[in-house]
Amino acid sequence: MSVLDIRDLTVEFPGRKSVFVAVDDVSLSVEAGKILGVVGESGAGKSTVGNAVIGLLQEPGHIAGGEIFLHDQRIDQLPYKQQRLLRGRRIGMIFQDPLTSLDPLQTVESQLVETIRTHLPLTGTQARERAIELIDAVGIPDPEERIGQYPHQFSGGMRQRVVIALALCAEPELVIADEPTTALDVSIQAQILELMKKLCSERNVAMMVITHDMGVIADITDHVAVMYHGKLVEYGETTKVLGAPEHPYTQSLISAVPRPDIKVDRFPVVNYIEAAGTPQRQIDISTHWLGKARDFSTISGPLVRIRDLDMRFETRGSIFPSRRKYFQAVKKVSFDIEQGETFGLVGESGSGKSTIARLITGLYQPTSGSILFGATDLTSLKNRRDVLAMRRQMQMIFQDPYSSLNARMRVREIIAEPIRFHKLASGNAEVRRIVDDLLDHVGLGTAAGQKYPHEFSGGQRQRISIARALATRPRFLICDEPTSALDVSIQAQILNLLKDLQEELRLTMLFISHDLAVVRQMCNRIGVMRHGELCEVSGCDELFEAPQHAYTRELLNLMPSMELLSRASLEPA
Amino acid sequence: MIGFATRRFVQAMIVMLVVALLSFTMFRFVGDPVNQMVGIETSLEEREALRERLGLNDPIPIQFYNFLSKAVRFDFGTSYQFRQPVSDLFAKRIPATLELSFTSALFALVVGVPMGIFAGLNRESPISKLFLSVSLIGISLPTFFIGILLIFLFSVTLQWLPSFGRGETVQIGSWWTTGFLTVSGLKALILPSITLGLYQMTLIMRLIRAEMLEVIRTDYIKFARARGLPDRLVNFRHALKNTLVPVVTITGLQLGSIIAFATITETVFQWPGMGLLFLQAVQNVDIPIMSAYLLLTAFMFVAINFIVDILYFLIDPRLRVGRP
Repeated sequence: MSVLDIRDLTVEFPGRKSVFVAVDDVSLSVEAGKILGVVGESGAGKSTVGNAVIGLLQEPGHIAGGEIFLHDQRIDQLPYKQQRLLRGRRIGMIFQDPLTSLDPLQTVESQLVETIRTHLPLTGTQARERAIELIDAVGIPDPEERIGQYPHQFSGGMRQRVVIALALCAEPELVIADEPTTALDVSIQAQILELMKKLCSERNVAMMVITHDMGVIADITDHVAVMYHGKLVEYGETTKVLGAPEHPYTQSLISAVPRPDIKVDRFPVVNYIEAAGTPQRQIDISTHWLGKARDFSTISGPLVRIRDLDMRFETRGSIFPSRRKYFQAVKKVSFDIEQGETFGLVGESGSGKSTIARLITGLYQPTSGSILFGATDLTSLKNRRDVLAMRRQMQMIFQDPYSSLNARMRVREIIAEPIRFHKLASGNAEVRRIVDDLLDHVGLGTAAGQKYPHEFSGGQRQRISIARALATRPRFLICDEPTSALDVSIQAQILNLLKDLQEELRLTMLFISHDLAVVRQMCNRIGVMRHGELCEVSGCDELFEAPQHAYTRELLNLMPSMELLSRASLEPA
Repeated sequence: MIGFATRRFVQAMIVMLVVALLSFTMFRFVGDPVNQMVGIETSLEEREALRERLGLNDPIPIQFYNFLSKAVRFDFGTSYQFRQPVSDLFAKRIPATLELSFTSALFALVVGVPMGIFAGLNRESPISKLFLSVSLIGISLPTFFIGILLIFLFSVTLQWLPSFGRGETVQIGSWWTTGFLTVSGLKALILPSITLGLYQMTLIMRLIRAEMLEVIRTDYIKFARARGLPDRLVNFRHALKNTLVPVVTITGLQLGSIIAFATITETVFQWPGMGLLFLQAVQNVDIPIMSAYLLLTAFMFVAINFIVDILYFLIDPRLRVGRP
């Protein structure tokens, strides 16, 4: 018998001009001890389904049609007070970001105890005992001691365990997990998924996991529902849906997932309904300003040579050097980046990969070691003119497309700024022509220049960032997690664009990512980082086929298995 | 925490030292203190003797040292106009100012905080909108105007409340006088403390409202609701406490300015406090009182800031451990 039964659910958000239908006629059910995955890209309405079930739809959204049953009791029409009693007591919820979902000013104990006592008739001491049991059950060591601590004293993964404990406080029958592992590292993600799976079967809880990550779906779910623009496009057993997707959207979604196991030349683009940007006028690179013979000195050998790079940050300042404390972010790292290759850096958060990018671009000064760009040692540049000349040759693309563009500048100005600053063009007319060409070339179209960054989606903004990076005609491009904030289909488009540009412009790239599958598709050689040290550098295929370092093997094992995904969908249709 | 408190304490000391230097400079170099003290017919010899007696012929650093060591003992010399020790004059006035400031701060908090919470939680309700519009008046009208308006309404027209003075006071201990214990004293407090606290009240209300709106949107509040916690717990234990850090900062600073800027209110209501004394001193170029007032207000500001910094630690556990 199913625990949760959603029948023909429709959720509407009335707007000023029209009604936006976020969820359109969706029917789902979850059984006890089973996990249902709801998958789709951002805006597909998957979170709205979860919020509708728990009765926390954002105003002015409301359920416009359909019924929701919890164990045959209809819950979508309950008055506010009774609905509140369901929350936590019978339906638990797990949120995406463990760093923000706990109250920073209350101890873990007080948050657990207050939740337990809200739902169960226990005394303070009993509630505390139960809280300790729960903390133990979700796998946090020393529960007695840790329970008295504040959320900031826990790591991200541990906080997500606390969140899970909070959701399970009152033995709910149903748990809704909204992107439970998106904000976590691969190794932590694997642990949390394992834990959720275990708790689900041990406690016979029905679980609904909302995610955009096909890997998570393949890993833990029994059933899967694929949503697209508010509609349920495919629904069935996970093995069936992923192995032999019937709907074209599911097929293209699955094919857009970067594969760690097979290398493909280009990413298959989700071509269902949404086109990959309107086809734009392509510029002929060989005759264009962008591809014009550059005034860089020719370099023989590797473009970038990093030797014994060390970087430490002061974590406790003191006037006495002996009392100062440091965090060693990068330890004795050495590697080369050949001209024209894409060098990948992978590792978990805090492993020092972004620090290296910042050291190369000169945002940080290294504690010791050298960075050779061609024949010039970047760490010994004193003169501002030399520094600028070097900076012009390297550009960076940042992770977050929302905060890396100035919100008060028009796109045209954003892209023109580096050209003007480095005096790369003569006269406003030429700058303008170049900006228009760049916009066309990255697939945005000239009209985009008039607009402000907030008018664009994440993927489009990342295209703006790329155009801005190209505007100095760099020879070296540093991409710091360029696609980790994007949906898979958008990710595929952006990665294809980067690949094309690299070929056309013979760019050298440093590609930083935590996603092994993406790195495999993009890079020629890969360095694996851990705790600031470079564990292993090897060619892309060797790394995946025959990893040398134990940590690399561990990382590869942790990747959600993609075996379920159909290989057939990889063939270009 | 202790390291932090010590650091802040040292910083506070430096601020006080700088203010003392200013205050000393004013006392020593704005006009000749001897000229201020004696009449026109005093002979040159007498002036020189007074100069020697006051230590005005000592090297400047020694004079500053003497000024400091006296100030620490609450000795600011003699007022030119009253011919009394400045410390005695202040001792008489401080209770009046502190009671007025305390009452208006209490008024600002007791009325402003709940209004802010209400307006933050019920953003669309007509009452919140009314609060907001009314609070505009509090922010935009100058203090003296509000005071005069209140006097006109409640003292002149309705004749409910006195328009000036502290009413009857009761002596507590050797130097504290309080208006809290008599009916006329309490009545006399009402108008001036509303006048003085209105601006702070509206400020606190708007601040709490803005912070509440911010906090309500955070994930931990959504998560608290999703756990089925009753609204009371969500709103007060989780939401309100998280708005407190900025609120405590502003409230602390405002408390300081209530004390320091009571001058205008005290003048309008002829309130026998430090502010009124200061204003009279300015009119009569009574430098010792002015420099003492400067030191005292600076001291209160610094002390309140210090307390606010310590309060942060009590509110936010993230500051308590391993501050980088």
